[in-house]
Amino acid sequence: MSDSKSCRKSWVAQHIAELPRSGIRDFFELVNTMDDVISLGIGEPDFATPWHIRDAAIYALHSGYTCYTSNLGDLRLRKAICAYAKENFGVSYRPEQECIVTVGVSEGLDILLRAVLNPGDEVLYHEPCYVSYAPTIRMTHAVPVPVRTEAKNDFVVDVADLEAKVTPRTRVLLLNYPNNPTGAGLDWAAKESLAAFACRHDLLVISDEIYEEVNYAKRTPSLAGLPGMKDRTVLLNGMSKAFAMTGFRIGYACGPAAIIEAMMKVHQYSMLCASSIAQAAALEALQHGADERDAMCKEYMQRRNVMVKRLNDMGLTCFMPCGAFYAFPSIVSSGLDSTTFAKRLLQEKRVAVVPGPAFGASGEGHVRCAYATAMGDIERAMARIKEFLQELKSA
Amino acid sequence: MDNESLKREVVALLRRNARMSDQEIADRLGSTAGTIAGLIQELERDGVLMGYTAIVNDQSDNGEVRAIIEVEVRPERDTGFDIVAERLAKFPEVQSVYLVSGRYDLRLEVAGHSLQEIASFVSGKLAPQDGVKSTATYFLLKKYKEAGVQFSKDEKHERLKIVP
Repeated sequence: MSDSKSCRKSWVAQHIAELPRSGIRDFFELVNTMDDVISLGIGEPDFATPWHIRDAAIYALHSGYTCYTSNLGDLRLRKAICAYAKENFGVSYRPEQECIVTVGVSEGLDILLRAVLNPGDEVLYHEPCYVSYAPTIRMTHAVPVPVRTEAKNDFVVDVADLEAKVTPRTRVLLLNYPNNPTGAGLDWAAKESLAAFACRHDLLVISDEIYEEVNYAKRTPSLAGLPGMKDRTVLLNGMSKAFAMTGFRIGYACGPAAIIEAMMKVHQYSMLCASSIAQAAALEALQHGADERDAMCKEYMQRRNVMVKRLNDMGLTCFMPCGAFYAFPSIVSSGLDSTTFAKRLLQEKRVAVVPGPAFGASGEGHVRCAYATAMGDIERAMARIKEFLQELKSA
Repeated sequence: MDNESLKREVVALLRRNARMSDQEIADRLGSTAGTIAGLIQELERDGVLMGYTAIVNDQSDNGEVRAIIEVEVRPERDTGFDIVAERLAKFPEVQSVYLVSGRYDLRLEVAGHSLQEIASFVSGKLAPQDGVKSTATYFLLKKYKEAGVQFSKDEKHERLKIVP
């Protein structure tokens, strides 16, 4: 026997060690080594936060509003969120019990999953999707169950595919429309059939609606507003995309009181509360930010029109996104796989796009191009991609 | 989009950037360059689009002096302020003329080569006009924002190059 205690092989918990690194990570590091890159890989607004919102944050600092707030979030902000949800999403919530302010939707999703999942429970969600879904589910010791969505269905999840994957252990249906990375949205009929599916299998629906206001289609009420859905739906949203406030880190969840209470427990012990200064800014945005929100949305829509036209014209078939600020063209006609396409485009033409498989295996054959970028950069990037394709063909 | 809403969008885009090409306007609005060119012609013919100008940051000493002049006017029966306003608008030194609410009536913006030139415009041409009761002249010292464009740029913050 040796005197010195032997070291464990690894200090890292097994389920964390088993989590894959984000597919975006390696690509990000490659991009960072290069200059003169036009990036279409940025999933955040390129606008600075509207001035009146920044001014509200400055005023909060100035007047000493720098203390903890209620765990649920400042009640004035929760009241504003509920009024905003009623006006914009067509659902009524009580600010005292049915709403919690989180540190972005990322934290909202994390504490919600921790609040409702037991080890071994299954969560149905559609792919391609935001990169955090599967890892966040795994961190609760639950099981992520992805369902493919396809370009031929405009990336709307097919209820028949959900039916094929549902089991007695399925507890949650996680939806994200308008969708990152595809830009897909749900019309009223799709919402109704998803609601019926959730009721049929007694599932909790988590609706990540962070892009709801960046919406170019006819707006319909939130899934939570359908008959029988309010008691089984938690709506997640936040300030980041609609009000160009990513760095403020303010999100919110609205849903049944018992779930909000459970989320509050997790939030209270892990986060305590969201930044008071950022909450003051969020209050200003919700109460007085509609004009600038809508102006930014209009600008995104015009950029979408330009980008999607250019992509289709050069043979990268692209469905017309109805929300968010992403185009998700097929790159199959190039003869390359998504990752090779993205790497070579970056190395040969200095344009960064995100390979589709970063958002799940079903993203293969696509790349994500964000149009939350100045129009001049979009035009330059599109010209470079066109050159890239021409050089591929003549090679 | 019907023609009227398309025209509104075209005007909104030109207000932001009058040099935007017909093609870019068309691509942004999902139309064609030909249609946009036609609409712009109509807007010009109908007197909605009256001209195009540049926003210039000319803080350097370029031999131009600008002043805001408040003018109190005695309105006339039937025509009110219009006759005086239109007469003042004819002077080439006068860059803009607005009828405003408040304690004076007309607000002029005047450009000249020197303080003296503007002073003599005021004393020699403006003040003696029939109907002009009084004037107050404010020389512009520094420009911070014009036509919606702020002259000092915010410090540029580097965004992450890839964000999921």
